[in-house]
Amino acid sequence: MTGIASIRELMTRNMRQSGIYIAFVLIIALFAILTDGLLLSPGNISNIVLQYSYILILAIGMVIVIIAGHIDLSVGSVVAFTGAVAATLVIKDGQPWWVGVVAALVVGLLVGAWQGFWVAFVGIPAFIVTLAGMLLFRGATLLVLDNISLSPFPREYGQIASGFQNGLIGGQGFDAFTLVVFGIAVAGYAFSQWRSRQAKLRYQQVVEAFPLFVLKIALTGAVVMWFAYQLATSRGLPNVLIILAVLIIVYGLVTNRTVFGRHVYAIGGNLSAAQLSGVKVKWVNFWIMTNMGFLAGVAGAVYSSRSNGAQPAAGNMFELDAIAACFIGGAAVTGGVGRVSGAMVGGLIMGVMSNGMQLMGIDQSVQQVVKGLVLLLAVAFDVYNKRRASGSR
Amino acid sequence: MPADTEVPPVVQMRGITIRFPGVLALDHVDLTLRPGEVHSLMGENGAGKSTLIKALTGVYPVDGGTITVTGTDRTFASTADAQAAGISTVYQEVNLCPNLSVGENVMLGHEPRRRGVIDWRATHTEAARHLEALHLDIDTRSPLSRHSIAVQQLVAISRAMVLDSKVLILDEPTSSLDRDEVDQLFGVVRDLRDRGVAILFVSHFLDQVYEISDRITVLRNGALVGEHAVADLPRDALVTKMIGRELHDLESLSRTAHRAVDRSGEPLLSARGIGRRGVLEPADLDVYPGEVVGLAGLLGSGRTELVRLLYGADRADVGHVSVRGERARMTSPRHAIDRRMAFSSEDRRGEGIVADLTVAENIVLGIQAQRGWARPIRRSERDAVVAEYIQALGVRPANPDAIVGNLSGGNQQKVLLARWLATAPELLVLDEPTRGIDVGAKADIQHKVSELSAQGLSVIFISSELEEVLRLAQRIAVLRDRRKIGELDSGQVDLDGLVDYLANAGKGSAA
Repeated sequence: MTGIASIRELMTRNMRQSGIYIAFVLIIALFAILTDGLLLSPGNISNIVLQYSYILILAIGMVIVIIAGHIDLSVGSVVAFTGAVAATLVIKDGQPWWVGVVAALVVGLLVGAWQGFWVAFVGIPAFIVTLAGMLLFRGATLLVLDNISLSPFPREYGQIASGFQNGLIGGQGFDAFTLVVFGIAVAGYAFSQWRSRQAKLRYQQVVEAFPLFVLKIALTGAVVMWFAYQLATSRGLPNVLIILAVLIIVYGLVTNRTVFGRHVYAIGGNLSAAQLSGVKVKWVNFWIMTNMGFLAGVAGAVYSSRSNGAQPAAGNMFELDAIAACFIGGAAVTGGVGRVSGAMVGGLIMGVMSNGMQLMGIDQSVQQVVKGLVLLLAVAFDVYNKRRASGSR
Repeated sequence: MPADTEVPPVVQMRGITIRFPGVLALDHVDLTLRPGEVHSLMGENGAGKSTLIKALTGVYPVDGGTITVTGTDRTFASTADAQAAGISTVYQEVNLCPNLSVGENVMLGHEPRRRGVIDWRATHTEAARHLEALHLDIDTRSPLSRHSIAVQQLVAISRAMVLDSKVLILDEPTSSLDRDEVDQLFGVVRDLRDRGVAILFVSHFLDQVYEISDRITVLRNGALVGEHAVADLPRDALVTKMIGRELHDLESLSRTAHRAVDRSGEPLLSARGIGRRGVLEPADLDVYPGEVVGLAGLLGSGRTELVRLLYGADRADVGHVSVRGERARMTSPRHAIDRRMAFSSEDRRGEGIVADLTVAENIVLGIQAQRGWARPIRRSERDAVVAEYIQALGVRPANPDAIVGNLSGGNQQKVLLARWLATAPELLVLDEPTRGIDVGAKADIQHKVSELSAQGLSVIFISSELEEVLRLAQRIAVLRDRRKIGELDSGQVDLDGLVDYLANAGKGSAA
């Protein structure tokens, strides 16, 4: 079973994972051409990150929920609710900005624990619990806000989503700090890839040829550094990107390396097997939902900061964007399969598409139609793949 | 080698009694498992095998009796309790996570950790060690779904060994394996036995039971028939014990089998070399107009599988079917229905009745499906059809608006029979139509089948009760271990002869 795989083998071997990366590149290329390069301008790139950050944060929690075989329809309402609580404390009561942030996170946690209780211990399907939550927390938002919008936040609160780290260590016409951070990230990525390749070789698994491996790393590194340069020459490193990067790294570790994370996969793959193996299914389900609530709290803080206030209708339909990001990113409808990185790419595909279409001045209604079709195609591709796999066995 | 009876047992179940609403599922059953021994649990469907296993693994609480594990009395509140006591089970449908790697499956719930996160290297090393102990060379990093069912089963056994089990229960592990895979599995089982693990083996394959077991416990109708060393229990004795002999009040039913059937013409249905890999070896079968063909064989012998292939419920990968001499494509039940076939499944609750609908709705389901959405059945027509069949089959209560789920099993079966008869089929396939129903309903159904076949309906009749098959069928096709081993004329064979044929014919060549 040892050996060196060619590019084609690598691509066909894991179409599900590599497929979305290819699709991502193609979509970027398509919209870059359609918008005459406007899509890839430095200002617009940092714009995409800012605009879609809260969807990406929600998608991190959502992919875990989906891997375990559940769904969460309430996150949009929870984003609104946590934002409303933060805004009430900071704007109305004049509390310092960090009290608002902590309040949003704590309220998110409590909401998640509430839903987790019904899902895990009472045994109501998450679809129903979160459908109820969607109504419940939208109503709670209206109550807290008394049906009116609150704004503006003090400057510090706005910095969460709209602020940048710029000029920390200087630079001539660009932000050196941004480049250094990204440089470290690329080096770390190359090192971890190298280690996992060594491990695979040790266990005599198929790996790509060494020149191909180097090419892959170099290409990824070049793209990332180019992205960094675009940020550095624009406004610097967005705070939101830092938050997002930390979350992605932490949750990447949680899903791949912790017992909790792997038990999520086990539950989604075969519930009764997990149960018979002694996995504490109820507690895992509880923490999955609690975690989703927490991340909705994070997204609530980021969103209210970005929109510089709290509105009764905030976060409307966010849950659908987050769910779509997971499925486009390769999560399986039946549970058990999915990755945080996939959900991120899925979210970015949605982001680039929306942004590209906005730049082209395409009507909102057409944008919805396109997004709907992309989601349907992505899941159809997944179902088709699975049928082919089970047929050949 | 069978261990001595003196070896202290690992598990002793004494007087186990389990009641379900209205049913005594187990009635004072004993089971003793000794280390280093393979013990087979035998019995027909409904004998109580799986109930007994579930009592031992903590799925069902026992209503009476004691379970002793290595000398201490235990009550298991959950499967986790039983597992902690060293009792592990490998089920027929492999209970693993196909989306995870082999190594992760082996170590699930026992992942080695380092600094709070899973140590993948240790996980895979340890999983590989457990697999090697069973002489298995499987790449622990490959996803489980990439392996065959056989390998998955072996992985499941390795996982049981991670738990350091003293007792390993194998529930129908071989039902989807081919011969080589069974050999590999048995190699592993013998290995474990030699290491002192007590193994409880459940299988419907007689050859396999005789190949691997040291001891056999037989159950029938929830009661213990006996425990025997394999050497003391010849095959025909085992089969007789499993099937039992009941004195029915059915003896009065004339043996329609003696009615002559005209086989000079063209068969209504003719199958040639029909089979499916891992399900049924290629088999031939002819059914003539007005004939009742019985399929005899133990559960899992391939009798249900054969009729499902004929009916198109499963797809055959070899052979072909002709209806009235014309080649027919049978890849969907609709094709069979179009050719006037009807199939009543053995799984009455799962594939037969719609429990929440009324008697009338259940009966007209078949005809309405045949006619399509555009031509609904008129109320008066519906009432007439329903009334006719309720009367003809003696459905009790004779109320078309009764909810079927509330009827007794026998009456549910009559409703099902009515559904298919209402479609006026030419060939009726009945899979275990009399299982688990009371004697009166049984007699009603048998009479009806006999009466209809005399009027020209062809029937394929499957039953675990060989006497019933003998009584109703003119010709009996005998199956064993997923193979049709022959055909008998029911006029020329009695029960003993059939049992002997079922157990012994073609033995030796099978393995």
